[in-house]
Amino acid sequence: MSTPKPAVLALADGSVYHGRAFGAEAVIAGECVFNTSMTGYQEILTDPSYFGQIVTMTAVQIGNYGVNAEDTESAGPKASGFVVRELSPVVSNWRSHQSLGDYLARHGVPGISEVDTRAITKKLRVTGAMKCCLATLPITDDEAVERARSWRDMAGSDYVKDTTCAAPYLWSADDPANHNPAYLPVGTTMNVPVAPAKRFRVAAFDYGAKHTIFRKLVRHGFEVQVFPATATAAEVRAYAPDGVFLSNGPGDPAALSYIHRTVTALLPDFPMFGICLGHQMLTHALGGTTFKLKFGHRGGNQPVKNLETGKVSITAQNHGFATDPASLEKTGAVVTEVNLNDGTVEGLRHRELPVFSVQYHPEAAPGPNDADPLFNDFYRMIEKRKAGKI
Amino acid sequence: MPKRTDLQSILIIGAGPIVIGQACEFDYSGTQACKALREEGYRVILVNSNPATIMTDPEFADVTYIEPLTLEILEKIIIVERPSALLPTLGGQTALNLSMELHKAGILARYGVEMIGAKPDAINKGEDRELFKQCMLRIGLDVAKSRTVKTMDGAREAAEFLGAFPLIIRPSFTLGGSGGGIAYNREEFERICANGLDLSPVHEVLVEECLLGWKEYEMEVMRDHKDQCVVICSIENFDPMGVHTGDSITVAPAMTLTDKEYQVMRDASFAVIREIGVETGGSNIQFSVDPVTGRMVVIEMNPRVSRSSALASKATGFPIAKIAAKLAVGYTLDELRNDITRLTPASFEPTIDYVVTKIPRFTFEKFPGADQTLTSAMKSVGEAMAIGRTFKESMQKCLRSLETGARGFGGGGRLGGDELPDAQTIRSKLATPNAERIFYLRYAFLAGYTVEQIFDLTKIDPWFLHQLREIYELEVELKQFSLSGGASAPSPRSEANATGASRPQLPIPTDLFRRAKQFGFSDAQLAHILQSDLAAVRVERKARGLHTTYRLVDTCAAEFEAFTPYYYSSYGDENEVLPSDRRKIMILGGGPNRIGQGIEFDYCCVHASFALREIGFETVMVNSNPETVSTDYDTSDRLYFEPLTLEDVLEIYQQEKCEGVIVQFGGQTPLNLASALKANGVNIIGTSPESIEAAEDRKLFAAILTQTGLRQPDNRTALSEGEAVTFAQQVGYPVLLRPSFVLGGRGMFIVYSEEELKSVVRQVFDVMPGKPVLIDKFLEDAIELDVDCLSDGETSVIGGMLEHIEFAGVHSGDAAMVMPPHTLGAEMLATVRTATYALAKALKVVGLMNVQFAIKDGDLYVLEVNPRASRTVPFVAKAIGVPLAKLAAKVMTGLKLKDLGFTREQTPRHWCVKEAVFPFVRFPGATITLSPEMRSTGEVMGLDDDLGIAFAKAQAAAKPGLPVKGNVFLSVKDSDKPRAVELARELAELGFVLYSTSGTARVLVENGIKVSQLQKIGEGRPTAVDLIKNGQIAMVINTPGGMIPRRDENAIRSAAYAHSVCIMTTITGAFAALNGIKALRSKRVGVRPIQQYRGNVTVV
Repeated sequence: MSTPKPAVLALADGSVYHGRAFGAEAVIAGECVFNTSMTGYQEILTDPSYFGQIVTMTAVQIGNYGVNAEDTESAGPKASGFVVRELSPVVSNWRSHQSLGDYLARHGVPGISEVDTRAITKKLRVTGAMKCCLATLPITDDEAVERARSWRDMAGSDYVKDTTCAAPYLWSADDPANHNPAYLPVGTTMNVPVAPAKRFRVAAFDYGAKHTIFRKLVRHGFEVQVFPATATAAEVRAYAPDGVFLSNGPGDPAALSYIHRTVTALLPDFPMFGICLGHQMLTHALGGTTFKLKFGHRGGNQPVKNLETGKVSITAQNHGFATDPASLEKTGAVVTEVNLNDGTVEGLRHRELPVFSVQYHPEAAPGPNDADPLFNDFYRMIEKRKAGKI
Repeated sequence: MPKRTDLQSILIIGAGPIVIGQACEFDYSGTQACKALREEGYRVILVNSNPATIMTDPEFADVTYIEPLTLEILEKIIIVERPSALLPTLGGQTALNLSMELHKAGILARYGVEMIGAKPDAINKGEDRELFKQCMLRIGLDVAKSRTVKTMDGAREAAEFLGAFPLIIRPSFTLGGSGGGIAYNREEFERICANGLDLSPVHEVLVEECLLGWKEYEMEVMRDHKDQCVVICSIENFDPMGVHTGDSITVAPAMTLTDKEYQVMRDASFAVIREIGVETGGSNIQFSVDPVTGRMVVIEMNPRVSRSSALASKATGFPIAKIAAKLAVGYTLDELRNDITRLTPASFEPTIDYVVTKIPRFTFEKFPGADQTLTSAMKSVGEAMAIGRTFKESMQKCLRSLETGARGFGGGGRLGGDELPDAQTIRSKLATPNAERIFYLRYAFLAGYTVEQIFDLTKIDPWFLHQLREIYELEVELKQFSLSGGASAPSPRSEANATGASRPQLPIPTDLFRRAKQFGFSDAQLAHILQSDLAAVRVERKARGLHTTYRLVDTCAAEFEAFTPYYYSSYGDENEVLPSDRRKIMILGGGPNRIGQGIEFDYCCVHASFALREIGFETVMVNSNPETVSTDYDTSDRLYFEPLTLEDVLEIYQQEKCEGVIVQFGGQTPLNLASALKANGVNIIGTSPESIEAAEDRKLFAAILTQTGLRQPDNRTALSEGEAVTFAQQVGYPVLLRPSFVLGGRGMFIVYSEEELKSVVRQVFDVMPGKPVLIDKFLEDAIELDVDCLSDGETSVIGGMLEHIEFAGVHSGDAAMVMPPHTLGAEMLATVRTATYALAKALKVVGLMNVQFAIKDGDLYVLEVNPRASRTVPFVAKAIGVPLAKLAAKVMTGLKLKDLGFTREQTPRHWCVKEAVFPFVRFPGATITLSPEMRSTGEVMGLDDDLGIAFAKAQAAAKPGLPVKGNVFLSVKDSDKPRAVELARELAELGFVLYSTSGTARVLVENGIKVSQLQKIGEGRPTAVDLIKNGQIAMVINTPGGMIPRRDENAIRSAAYAHSVCIMTTITGAFAALNGIKALRSKRVGVRPIQQYRGNVTVV
């Protein structure tokens, strides 16, 4: 066994954690956040919403099942760095084709293991999400802290430009690159969807979209035309979609006024569904505002109550910002869902327009599928619109 | 939606006596449910026959019936109490089955009792194999493929349909699946099917695809009536399919599933609970996954709270039973609070940032002759759970929590040394699942096996094997070092080694030391590996700044603040022990259940905690048994889920700055630690460790007896087999032979002749090699008496006297007992009282003391004194309505009995009968007899104003109950024959038809009693076994002919157990049964809650 290489994680408050390096050799800075999911590190790493962030997993045994070809949410890891308590030296799963360490190394993402992730999590819970530096190359503790402190804050920055697609394209379920069907074990037909007879055309803004969102839209009867974040309302209209979808994405939602304007322009004319950053874009487009949460919601066990049905879903979440409910008062929007842990807004809908959005991730990946019916709700909404009922 | 207001009273059925497969987890769940429902203002009616439970304490329900769990008794209780609802899902399979019987008999409908939680239809679908399979296929889930066939041709077609060998063949309706097997080829298949078709009473076998070696998972799911579902915990079995999940090492959370696979399993779990229709509450659903293709099949579901849900509750901090009870009365998950975080709701899924390991504990040594292979039928009697930050840490902590002498994965101790078993043993211990396989994995590494080779033999997931390999490799690395370098003071052992292998000179680097601790290596393991001793390792560890840190079990991986101090130890950067300056007392629990140490001791520990909290102390509970009430997070102020070893306990004591420790309540486990704790400056409160030792030490004890003027049977201590023979002759046969320093009567024998002695003496010496063997004159046909006494050092008060039904020679844990004594006169009882008080005084008892007396020919002998809580404490407390253990705990803090208002002995005016319950059915081939070696797993209590009825109730509760008519098979040893005549005559007069074999039959005929003679086994047919199998025998009375029962006798007893036929194996037991039968035929069996027995005592 080769001697493990050291690694350092330094937080802006001056605390330094020494551990073992894995993944790429690099020194990077970013926002340190924690995720409480017990499974799904591959999806988390490849979720573009984590762009600019260094993710700490609270679950302790990471890498056990390696990395496979199917469970990716974008072309490669998007998080800047990865912090774990223990990295598995081996991989055990029938779908795995690579170890987590090799995968991160190949994609230039550094990782640190053998650090007290619970202590880090508690610190973030108390202090809030913090700037940090992760180094798998030699660096002094002071330098690392300095690198953390001098990192340009996420607030006010446009991260979407780094994660959106370059040009519009049709999400093809047949394209091998996209052909990642929902995982189902052999012999099980439980989750096989009934394909609707008619397919609707949806213009899907990619702010750094998780691929599972597109997969789910296809599964639920949509033809998905993907647009970059910078696409204009006119470009979208030219496609003549049946509905518009606003995806998740990274960074500060307030810093994206060009998106807010596009969405505002499209609002009166199209049924619209937004997820995560898409929900925040809708908030801003309607005239509402967002604010930064202390340490965000990142995990797969978040209880969300639908105020209209009274039902609670366990949801997958990954967001550091939230809609200010007071700001929605005169926008025509109502809060439809709240997080039962802290009461923050998790969903909204417009009183008149066929428009709704959720802060959490109904596409799961990773996390529970409880909110999967929302994609169907979007389909039904368009159906009704087409029938002239709304 | 708020709780239902249309329900006023709710009936809860407990799980009855502790048996294999149903242990104290159902006391834990039932206790939670009782508390949860009373909190909501419902009148709770509880029925349970097990007096050693916390739930049957009078304050936990409005009315508590300690009555047999039978249909007849339940109906009587329903008639009296008229409950609005029955909650069937919290008392294990016993309660579920009984609830279904009540439903099927129309009793629930007749009295308007609504089943809440799970309806009969759902229970039926969950329990019926075929219905369940159809449900699964309907919702698109996969199940093991199978065909039921009635002919060989059908079997061949089934094999064709299923495709590939191996195949499992399960004959229908044979007991314990006998006659089935796994066929690896066509020839085997033909043979097993033919045999199975023949053995099955309906000539039917199930041919099923074989999932042996597949990965196994469990999901703990909850649902509320708004159809909101959550997963509380996923569990991955370390042992692949083929081993009962109760006998498997299990790990939480699931370790080798991707999120996609996990979510499919989660979705499937919800689909199952919905399809089966469990409306509210918890269910356990088991899955199996093909490690090659990922194919996932549903194995089974339990539509109720289970052993696994107790484990899941302890593993996550989420109280499944409590929440299940609240959901059953109408609450929804979002209306309930998460007690641990307080600010967040119960409608969430716990996420954990540690790893939990559970390892079962077995007691095969008690059942020689039983097959030790682990199969689909559960054989373990208890389990330990450990929490660590990593799998490696939790596995090592769990191995030492087992208290089997293993220290962990290597590092010396039992099955952890560097000796290498022979290649064949290693191979077979890997290939066949067994209780020791985990240790043989290390031996395999030691022998040079690769992970791949071990996987091929065991099918244990390579991830687990690699983790263990890492522990092993670290042990190898550690061996290059010594504790503090060659220059430091060498330990005695290394001096001894000086001439042999050279001792490593380099001191262990601190980083490596820390890593070892993070890998879960205990100081004891390190002492072995570094060739030092425990104390030196501790000193050096602390000098290097390696302090144990405690982390919280908080349900949420630190996302929210936790308010409940539920801790586990680790070696991390942070210590989360919340400071407190209140006075603290530590209570040491009993660790994993085993025969001889179970729920009774947990009951005492829980009482100690309750009592000390009442008087203002903060209580610190330490235990490693996930089944218990003591490890519920609200039983004590602080809960440490930790192994009960010196290192682990001492760290907590010191960090918590406890002012004292109670060791006398948790059975032998804490007592074994007492002296070492004391030597390390721990304040043991109550009776001193010296007194405890004095009672164990022959010489010291003899002195105490002399001082108190009491006598014990003549005895000697033999150091060799030769001495044993000589001494036995000196004291005179029969003698009781036993090894010293053992528990639960392990290796004890009564021998009647030198020949018998010679046949077993080797065995007795082998139990504790190098230790002497004790030889006592055995008092034949003596009456035995158990006395529980409470003392504060000044005042001593007897809690209860229990007279054994069997003559001396049966372990008190196995004996049936009557309280108050039913044959002894006032004069003898006065003598017993005086003797007991004298012993309490001489031993300076502060707390509880148990004395075992024997009375022969009017003389009183002291057999044994245990200055600690005994197994009978809960029984006695229930009998007299006085919480003895609570009083004892208070007394240990310095309070006096006179201040506590308990200064006079009270004897019940009603009869209380204790009966033991045995696991013989689980161990085919083991000898069935009552002996000095304890083998029962649990106990029941029968209460009534009439002794006969009380005995009959105890028998009914212990199952199968006394018959009132039918055929009796009677076969007794020669010395019992005179009394057997009397017994037979009375049975015949009651209308029983007698059957017997030649010897006994001849005596009966000579005395003019009508009897049908049966053939002895091997001498012709039909035999008693044939009649038992045909359901023609209502009761078997068979007293053993010698020390080791003859084969044919054992066959009769095995058959009786297997077919639930009432069996008496002592003549005194048979007479008690006769009295019970007479009572059943002449008197009404009534029911009465223990609250109504309160005060029904005579003050002595």
